[in-house]
This record gives sequence, C-alpha cells and structure tokens, in this order.
Amino acid sequence: MSRPEIQAPPEIFYNDEEARKYTSSSRIIDIQAKLSERALELLSLPNDGVPRLLLDIGCGSGLSGETLSENGHQWIGLDISESMLNVALEREVEGDLMLGDMGQGLGIRPGVIDGAISISAVQWLCNADKSSHEPRLRLKAFFGSLYRCLARGARAVFQVYPESLAQRELILGFAMRAGFAGGVVVDYPHSTKMRKEYLVLTCGPPSLSTATPKAKGEDEESCSEDESSGDGENQTVCISDRHRPRKKQRITKKGKGREWVLKKKEQLRKKGNAVPADTKYTARKRKARF
Amino acid sequence: MRLLTHNMLSSNIKGVTNGFPLLIEAEKVLEKPVDFNPDFLRNMFPKIDWKALVGAAKAVGYGELPDAADSAMLDSDDFLRHLHHALLQLHLEEGALVCPETGRRFPVNKGIPNMLLHEDEV
Repeated sequence: MSRPEIQAPPEIFYNDEEARKYTSSSRIIDIQAKLSERALELLSLPNDGVPRLLLDIGCGSGLSGETLSENGHQWIGLDISESMLNVALEREVEGDLMLGDMGQGLGIRPGVIDGAISISAVQWLCNADKSSHEPRLRLKAFFGSLYRCLARGARAVFQVYPESLAQRELILGFAMRAGFAGGVVVDYPHSTKMRKEYLVLTCGPPSLSTATPKAKGEDEESCSEDESSGDGENQTVCISDRHRPRKKQRITKKGKGREWVLKKKEQLRKKGNAVPADTKYTARKRKARF
Repeated sequence: MRLLTHNMLSSNIKGVTNGFPLLIEAEKVLEKPVDFNPDFLRNMFPKIDWKALVGAAKAVGYGELPDAADSAMLDSDDFLRHLHHALLQLHLEEGALVCPETGRRFPVNKGIPNMLLHEDEV
C-alpha cells in the first residue's frame, strides 16, 4: 500500500469509513499505543505524579490521547479530520478535542502547555494539498506557534514517517529555525519494519538537559559514527547509514568479497530474516569454466 | 470543550493582535464528573488567565468563582473545588466562540470547536 500522505489530503483521506477502519484494527491500536508510550517516555516529564497539560497534535480518534489519560495527564487534541474526531467522541476520550489545521498555526496562548506529542502526523505538513498551501509557510507557522505555546524547557516529541532524507531535513530545519533545540531519535535503526523516528524538540536554548535521549535497539558499531556526540550543528541528528549513497562504497574489480557477504548476512539476521548458515561455500568463487 | 481549553485558546486569524479571550455563546452546557486532583490545579493556576476564566464561567452560567484570585487561595479546599468544577467539569457542548477583535464565529458542535480558518484568514 502506498503511503496515505500521497493518496489524499488528511481531511479527505480519513473519511468516516477510513476513520472507523483505523480505530477498529487492533493492530493499529497496538502500534499507536506503543508509539505514544514511547513518545511520552521521550517527553521526560518530571516524575512527581502531578498531571500536566499536554497537547496531542493530529490526535485522530484519540488512540494516543488514551495513553496520556492512562498516565493521568490532561490533554487537548487537535485534528483536521472531522470523522476521526467523531470516532474519538464515540470512544469517550477524556481529553478535549479541537478541529483545526496545524499548518495554520495552533492558536494557543503563549507558554501554557507542558509538552506536546504527535504520532505520525507532522509529515502531512510537507504536502501541498490545496493551491493555497505552501509547505514551507505551513511548517513555519506550525513550529512558530508551537514554540510560543510551550512553556520554557518543555519538550515536544513527534513520531514521523519522513518520505526521504530531504523531507526529514526540511522538518527539522524549520523546527530549529523556530528556536527549538534537539534532534532525531531513531529506534531500531537497522530494521525496516520496527524502525521508528522521533523528533525530540526542546523549547529554549541548547543545554545539557536538552541532549537528545538515547534510541532503542541501536548497535554501537553501526551508529556510533553518525552519533558521535561531538560538536557542530548536527551533533544530535542520527542519520542512519541506510540513506548513504551506496555507489560510493568501494566497488573494486575483485567484487565484494566474503567478508562483505558475511557482514550483510549478519545484518539480515539482526533484522530477523531467515538467512542460510555461513559455510565454507559462502561467497566462494566459481571455477573458471563458468 | 472544557473551560480549561477555552482558557488556552486564542484567535489565530492573520492580523489579529489580541485574540484572547474568545467570547462564549453558550447554547448547551454539560457537566461531566472528573476526579478531583488538587496538585494539577495548583500546577495549572499560574498559567490560567483568571479574568478570562471568570468571564467564561459566567457565560456558561457558573458564578461561584471570585472576581480576583491569588495563589494564597489555593490552600482553601472550597476554592479548589470551585476551580475544579469550573475548569474541568463544565463542558461547552453546543454554541460558538467569537473572536473579540474581528467578531468571527468559531462554531462548537458536539463539544468540538471548529477552529479551521478560511484561506484568506491565514
């Protein structure tokens, strides 16, 4: 299935039927709950048992909000699809719902929100669904208004499915321009299925406390080079090696060799694929008569 | 929509400098019980615009809140109960929010305010 973003605008794609499908699939409910739990964890709210006022951007049918309620927080949900909000009403979610477009800015008073989460929503901003839409302006309006409404030191965690490296850089670039500090946390960077990206943004200037949290399921060897906690602007941005241009990796006349094959097989094993065992025949050269 | 949310919302129309507080036109108001949590109220209190909250509470027909409040009153259980009721238990179910500067109406249906702007308002 192709991504929903390229099929139709959100308020049209998530019609009554799609909204119901979305919320009756136990698989989606499970995934959403896991994503929002991880997002809440990344928010790292002070652990003092006091409920906070959180914002759920693109709350949809309130699946992510339910996780917030379970943890005792009050939340305000924003979504552009009326059908999704109707499903949320039926499910009697505890938070308040609002019909709105995040690309138009949030319309919330400055400095009042203790944290914001958004599950699989921000990438929609990169689409121009109407002739009046200009993704750059919409991203700017969104991050600008979000920065204003968050309390100082508050965090915003967005789980995103960027289409490409360029799209991720675009989103991150506008977040930085709005004044946010932070970067991308990639959970399970080696797996295509389990790989999840979170934008972790902190309101306020960069400091020790705003350091990006550690990702899950990350291998020291393969990600350490990208995440070398050195200095420079991109210090917290973990760009996984799978987006590197492949061609530039050494291609010699000798071929890739046994070591390369073994490495690849090991990578596939880590992902959980069924891979034949390594034997003496692995990557052995054929005889000359072929 | 609870008054807590109303207290945070402001009009987002292009060119509006003072879009807060939105005026409430109430047609139907509901009360839904919510667990009382004094910690949340104490934490929220500094962020609440009191004048707007009193105005909003009056607009939905709740007049128990004092006209002025300071943080010393947070020790009084009575005050906290009233605040809790106003902030979390009163729901604006049907009606509208009106931008104080332009008079633009944002309709509220089934408790959901429609804050979508027209293209010329962005």
